[in-house]
Amino acid sequence: MLSNIMSILLTVFTALVWGLLLGGISRTVTAKIHGRMGPRVTQNFIDVWKLFRKTSSIHHGGMFWLAPMFRITGAIAVLLMVPVVVGQNITYNMSFAGDVFLLLYIMFFGCLGMALGAGNSGHPYAVIAVSRGLAQMSSYELSFSVAVVAIAVGLHTFRIEGIVAAQQAGISSWNIFRFPFASAGALIAFLPMQMAYPFGIVLAPQEIPIGPPTEYSSRFLSLMFSGRALFSVAKLLFFVNLLFGGASSWLSLLLKTFLLYMYTVVVSSVFPRFRTEQSIKFLWLVPTTLALVDLVRVML
Amino acid sequence: MYCNHPPEKPGDKKEVLQKITNMARANSLWVTGYGTGCGAIELRPLGTSRFDMERFGIAMRPTPRQADVLIISGYLSTKTLKRVIRVYEQIQDPKYIMALGSCTINGGMYFDSYNTLNVLDKYLPVDVYVMGCMPRPESIIDGFSLLMKKIKEGRATGWKHYKENLDYYRENQKQIIKNWDLPDYNW
Repeated sequence: MLSNIMSILLTVFTALVWGLLLGGISRTVTAKIHGRMGPRVTQNFIDVWKLFRKTSSIHHGGMFWLAPMFRITGAIAVLLMVPVVVGQNITYNMSFAGDVFLLLYIMFFGCLGMALGAGNSGHPYAVIAVSRGLAQMSSYELSFSVAVVAIAVGLHTFRIEGIVAAQQAGISSWNIFRFPFASAGALIAFLPMQMAYPFGIVLAPQEIPIGPPTEYSSRFLSLMFSGRALFSVAKLLFFVNLLFGGASSWLSLLLKTFLLYMYTVVVSSVFPRFRTEQSIKFLWLVPTTLALVDLVRVML
Repeated sequence: MYCNHPPEKPGDKKEVLQKITNMARANSLWVTGYGTGCGAIELRPLGTSRFDMERFGIAMRPTPRQADVLIISGYLSTKTLKRVIRVYEQIQDPKYIMALGSCTINGGMYFDSYNTLNVLDKYLPVDVYVMGCMPRPESIIDGFSLLMKKIKEGRATGWKHYKENLDYYRENQKQIIKNWDLPDYNW
């Protein structure tokens, strides 16, 4: 019992530190691409601490207070249900008996909570961003779900442990090579999931000042920053387990999540932003079709 | 939503981990992008690769709720004052004001104009002045480093001064804004 609690705390703490560090690295890399020096790698830690120490005297109602908790809860739930390092008992945090669909649902739970909170703040820009976000979410959810179904049907298991176990026979057994089209679809859907450009229509600072968190300040924002860091690590972990054979050691875990994160950073810094309808059209057409190709191949 | 009671006086109570917090505050200054006067044109280059303010942890935030610094960029017209007061009071404590250009110090070249304010400090508490007409981006960065130094030493206390002397500031503000339709307590 005690060791379980310790391992959960260790996982969450490591994920938080790694997520904030990845955020800092991404800001530095983006700055280098712009030809700037960029902030310190530890800048996100400084920001989170500063925000945490600011006063908060803004009240907009119960859901406004709960939204950052929803987000952080969703992130921690995903984190604890995905095997962190394959074969190490200490990191199997929950004896998880659900399937990959439960994970998909919980991944969107945090976003839905955030949408309710932003709606409660009553700011028109927040509401615009939420409607954009939900529209975009329903389109990348489709392509991502089709990709996951293709992989699950191909491997005859819906359990995430089963999907990881099926990829342990060397690099050629990784799902990205066994299901290249579904993987391509899933990797494209990963960009809007991480709110990366060209799909960054939710947090569009030049257009709808920062979107859903417009009214959030101080501790709420600090919690949201931490939640976002945790959530992106949880998603990275899920993708590593789904497509890249899981991680056999802590080193390979850090390396794989780092490279996958850099993929979103690099794509994000060279593309401009889609309009809402362009983004939705693209997501319905391209990644969904790619994922369907593999689904049909597997079914035949 | 507005409060209907005066703000609590912050006092001089020590916070937990005061030094670390002050370091964090100094190294993560978020600025609301609100151009109040012609000086705003000199703020844009700060984000570019030539001057790059992000290396000091300074970032532009599009909403006052998330900002720390309000830059009054140049002259402040009597018409804008009301909006600036609203923006300033929406920023959460601790908050700082940086005043750019000579117009904010003594009116500058608009000293005898009927619709600009001459001494900004009478209406809002200024933490740092940056002189020049217009100040170049280098001098704005210099102003930021002065502000960072003041924050680290715990001397950037304009927001406390504002809360403690709210009556004085309100009196001055109401002399300029004749049709005062703001709530008196605005946080």
